[in-house]
Amino acid sequence: MNSNAALELRNVTKHFGSVVANKNVDLTVRKGEILSILGENGSGKTTLMNMIAGIYYPDDGQIFIDGKEVVIRSPKDAYRYHIGMIHQHFKLVDIFSAAENIVLGLEEKGSFNLKKATERVREISAKYGFEIDPEKKIYQMSVSEKQTVEIIKVLYRGADILILDEPTAVLTPQETQKLFSVLRKMRDDGKAIIIITHKLHEVLALSDRVTVLRKGEYIDTVITAETNEAQLTEMMVGKKITLDIDRSEPKNPQDRLFVKDICCVSRDGVKLLDNVSFTARSGEILGIAGIAGSGQRELLEAIAGLQHLSSGEITYIDPESGSEEDLRDKTPLQIRDMGVRLSFVPEDRLGMGLVGNMDIIENMMLRSYQKGKSMFLERKKPKTLAESIINQLEVVTPNATTPVRRLSGGNVQKVLVGREIASAPTVLMAAYPVRGLDINSSYTIYNLLNQQKENGVAVIFVGEDLDVLLELCDRILVLGGGKVTGIEDARTTTKEAIGLLMTKTDGGDET
Amino acid sequence: MSKSTIKAKEPLFHIAKRDAMPLWKSWLIRLVAIVAALVVCGIVVVLLTDLNPLEVYQTMFKGAFGSKRKIWATAQNTAILLCISLAVTPAFKMRFWNIGAEGQVLIGCLATAACMILLGDKLPTPLLFLVMIAASIAAGAVWAMIPAFFKANWNTNETLFTLMMNYVAIQLVSYFITIWENPKGSASIGIINMNSQAGWFPYLFNQKYLLNILIVAVITIGLYIYLKYNKHGYEISVVGESENTARYVGMNVKKVIIRTMALSGAICGIAGLLLVAGTDHTMTTDTAGGQGFTAIMVSWLAKFNPLTMILVSLLIVFLDQGAGAIATAFRLNKSISDILTGIILFFIIGCEFFINYQILFNKKHKEEK
Repeated sequence: MNSNAALELRNVTKHFGSVVANKNVDLTVRKGEILSILGENGSGKTTLMNMIAGIYYPDDGQIFIDGKEVVIRSPKDAYRYHIGMIHQHFKLVDIFSAAENIVLGLEEKGSFNLKKATERVREISAKYGFEIDPEKKIYQMSVSEKQTVEIIKVLYRGADILILDEPTAVLTPQETQKLFSVLRKMRDDGKAIIIITHKLHEVLALSDRVTVLRKGEYIDTVITAETNEAQLTEMMVGKKITLDIDRSEPKNPQDRLFVKDICCVSRDGVKLLDNVSFTARSGEILGIAGIAGSGQRELLEAIAGLQHLSSGEITYIDPESGSEEDLRDKTPLQIRDMGVRLSFVPEDRLGMGLVGNMDIIENMMLRSYQKGKSMFLERKKPKTLAESIINQLEVVTPNATTPVRRLSGGNVQKVLVGREIASAPTVLMAAYPVRGLDINSSYTIYNLLNQQKENGVAVIFVGEDLDVLLELCDRILVLGGGKVTGIEDARTTTKEAIGLLMTKTDGGDET
Repeated sequence: MSKSTIKAKEPLFHIAKRDAMPLWKSWLIRLVAIVAALVVCGIVVVLLTDLNPLEVYQTMFKGAFGSKRKIWATAQNTAILLCISLAVTPAFKMRFWNIGAEGQVLIGCLATAACMILLGDKLPTPLLFLVMIAASIAAGAVWAMIPAFFKANWNTNETLFTLMMNYVAIQLVSYFITIWENPKGSASIGIINMNSQAGWFPYLFNQKYLLNILIVAVITIGLYIYLKYNKHGYEISVVGESENTARYVGMNVKKVIIRTMALSGAICGIAGLLLVAGTDHTMTTDTAGGQGFTAIMVSWLAKFNPLTMILVSLLIVFLDQGAGAIATAFRLNKSISDILTGIILFFIIGCEFFINYQILFNKKHKEEK
């Protein structure tokens, strides 16, 4: 056994029912190193980390800390062994300040002293180069500040082994760089850092070693300096794949959707959309970039008839007759009755696009059940549609009557996208359609979007991975704080330019 | 806490989620739970009363099925409980926590009683029945639509709202009891239309309760089809699972909420009709007798399946009748029957845990050392 191993896992196995989430996984992380855990979604990365953090209990296998075997039954045990995990979804109390959140739940002897705690937070921040105001309330913070609070929280508890679950998913390129420099400082301080990710370039830029998981099984651990993107992909997917997206020139683009000066205000009076204007054209993919929560969801929902606007116009141009239809403040049903074939793949797949507890056929019925005069449900056509989607998009499912929540993320998305393109849309909107999907499924979705584009559909694609946006889209619209901060030609612009536009009007994040 | 205080000691067992288990196996577990419940009940009976538990069970069974009259009474009570359980089901499937069935039933009773008292001698029998049916359905539906309307428009809390509506219904009923008091000073309305029997449900094949039971049977099948094959039933499921999805595909969520609650209340109204015109021929503030709440449990235990509800309501009524019988037969306090019912329900509900989860005992390390 390696003497400076901070944490070692041997033969760890975890089942969920008959699903094997982790099977005989070995893993070692040393003091003073950054280890990446690389794997597609559903490969068991998060489950494995949750076992180290005490959230799940392994069915089999051993965990060693500093060479001694330990049993971690709860997150409290994990803290005692100086393990801290930063989850993908932050667990903070909005109305508390950073320092209050950091000390929350600590069982320290003596009276509670917030001043002292604040001092220590400042110390930790200074040591590793965090930029944070301990007295700022969480609800006033940007996503990256919240993440910083989470990291300080585990450091405050004395963590020597830090686990970060997809920390860069919500960050801009600039914020990612900042995070990486902090992580490097912690590594130099002797901490063991595990970072879960599926972004290859980040793995290569940051980590010392990479452990690859595939379908719950341990594949190999390699030294980052001795590997490359192609090799890692092959280990991760199990076969060689090419990571290119073809981008054809738009054919005969025509204006399909005018959005003019739309504004939308939340219940609390916050402007969610601020004079947004753009045109979507047929045969073109319009990308929408922006920090999470910059108005992307509201924009798409406004077009789909789910969000009330305080001002502005949304006009649809019928491809056959050329007539203009006003879509503002129409309900989804009215939009459909007007003959506008608008499809929408929402961000929240199981909470909005599909019903998790219903099977694939019943989910097909969501779009078609209202047709026909009969009081009773018509099941034949949805069944045929479900079966054809399962065949064409290679959905992995026992059968068409399996509840969709039992499917993996990629298959859920195939069902949703399949249903939405089945109605031969003229406008297709997709919000984060590849979030949480593995590489193969992601490319299936990109190809489907490209196909729709070639069929003359006006595609609007909200994405978070700037590399993909730059490769896939024809134009990129950048949203910042509900405003359009730029519309760029995706063929000529750069990642840095988009990144700058993303933060341009974001007043809360000037640091 | 220092590190040395914790040793690498494993917990004795841990809990893991199961896959969907085959139907026969889950029913086997439920059966085992009932047997186990009976055993525990037996022990409790012996410890508390020194009676022979087998004798107690026998009395219990006789209490529910011991004679023709008792069988009809059990069937009748099952029908009423089933009817109210069916009524709350569409609302519950929509995740609308209607705990106001009690009040909706009472308002149905009140409407029926009003028709019988005020119109009993004035209308020909067929017309009177039509008016009674229409009035009870309308009353129940309106009573349920009021909280639904507020929920749909202002997202008020339906649990509190429907609960409060129960008390309003009780007060209304007691108000009308004083108005219709008969004979004066009795503080009750007595048997309505004692002599003319106007508005009383007719006997079918010489059985007082057969018509009630048939009506509930029709409602059961109707609701089963409605929830499973009708477009409205589909909308109810979608709204219940996710309002966002419902809005996303263009369902009118407000309309679905109000319509479903109207249905829920309408069936409660029918239950009120059956209670007054088909069973009691009178009305008190206690006519619904808490069944509006028991029905919630029946509906949940049956997982909102109308056909399973037949079995569950039969079980509950059997427990209730049987427990009453042992209380009288052995001159025990009524509490003993509550204790037994409680134990049995505890096991039945508790066994669902074992259907969804399994317990894994840890043994791995002993082998290695």
